[in-house]
Amino acid sequence: MSEPIRMETPLSDEDVERVKIGDRVLITGALYTGRDAAHKRLIDLIERGEELPFDIKGQIIYYVGPTPARPGRPAGSAGPTSSYRMDPYSPKLMERGLKGMIGKGMRSQDVIDAMRKFKAIYMAAVGGAGALIARRIKKSEIIAYEDLGPEAIRRLEVEDFPAIVVNDIWGNDLYGEGVRRYERT
Amino acid sequence: MREVDVGIITEKVKTLCMEANFDLGKDVLDAFKKVKAEEESPTAREILGQLEENASIARQERLGICQDTGIAVVFVELGQDVHLVGGDLKRAINEGVRGGYQEGYLRKSLCHPFTRANTGDNTPAVIHVEVVPGDKVKLIVAPKGGGSENMSRVTMLTPAVGKKGIVEYVVQRVKESGGFPCPPTIVGVGIGGTFEETALLAKKALLRPIGSKNPDPELNSLEREILEKVNRLGIGPQGLGGRTTSLAVHINMMPCHIASLPLAVNIQCHAHRHKEVVI
Repeated sequence: MSEPIRMETPLSDEDVERVKIGDRVLITGALYTGRDAAHKRLIDLIERGEELPFDIKGQIIYYVGPTPARPGRPAGSAGPTSSYRMDPYSPKLMERGLKGMIGKGMRSQDVIDAMRKFKAIYMAAVGGAGALIARRIKKSEIIAYEDLGPEAIRRLEVEDFPAIVVNDIWGNDLYGEGVRRYERT
Repeated sequence: MREVDVGIITEKVKTLCMEANFDLGKDVLDAFKKVKAEEESPTAREILGQLEENASIARQERLGICQDTGIAVVFVELGQDVHLVGGDLKRAINEGVRGGYQEGYLRKSLCHPFTRANTGDNTPAVIHVEVVPGDKVKLIVAPKGGGSENMSRVTMLTPAVGKKGIVEYVVQRVKESGGFPCPPTIVGVGIGGTFEETALLAKKALLRPIGSKNPDPELNSLEREILEKVNRLGIGPQGLGGRTTSLAVHINMMPCHIASLPLAVNIQCHAHRHKEVVI
């Protein structure tokens, strides 16, 4: 396996153009967290023509609901949750400049098409590797929707956050291709 | 008659909730090592390596192996010569779960089915009590994550489909689940009994150590047949392609009604957490 590609947020068009499915990436910078409930609120804001609680241009949203942090620690266990629940919301966010998403599991064709159209990528973090990921989180602060508890929007500062590119800007899908490559009939 | 204070049960359940979530079993770690050596997919090897490192960090730092620290499933094997004193058994177990999830900084993942409002303390636990001979109390705590539980199914097959139909159903279930239950998985299979008993058989099958043989030679060969078929699907770790879709298939079977063939498939993610103690 080739060396991992380092990426810093916010991402530019050039950043997402140089990766393809199957690439390992190490991300440094800010990630914004959000699950179902937070996504619904963001879309409501867009539909009302209001400002989002953070500048989404070039940013990455990480689908996660962490365990509570122990005192003095930036984060608890923080692995990805299934991404398909965010599918109805993601295209609208990409239209607003979202460049990356991190979660686990397949995305819908609508989301894959939107990634192509708006030049964004989807990456998988390893589901169930929450303790390993926690170590790569250096800082965490709630920036919106504190009432949602584990589902609040947090701004995480990460260093070498490990992920694998699953959908690139050319419409490829590692879930489909990876399985086809190793399937024996 | 031996008296056991339920306060001891609370303490033990509390500890088991934390230990299960921090300390992945040696059988799972050995299985990671074995399949990593055999994997052809570089992505799969990378993922398996991360899972090994993750388990070691979780143990050292007393962090949840996974952020989904599960719904607490508690099995109680209660010796018939034990007299429980000091309070209500179910309340004592729930008290232990509450304490363990609080003290261990574990995520509270239970909510009202309609409003989705969180219960706040990860209770109520799912409790299965079985009365057995003897004067001991055995407690098993098996926190179960939502992703893999969502991919599990109970079905009532037509008896005519036989063993072949059972194999096909289980393999198809794993195939349709793809990457969602966080492979590499352990597949628990219940055959026979009734609608509810077959589900319990499947869940209990998960508790058998990975790598152990099924004492029934026929079921042992059926487990191997299903495992081989499942690992030909190509799903691989996290569904990103590879040879390792499941680490093991475990089957429990009992007789069923002449009109029925109940079958349950309980899928378990690689964060296969269960700890036990005998009082």
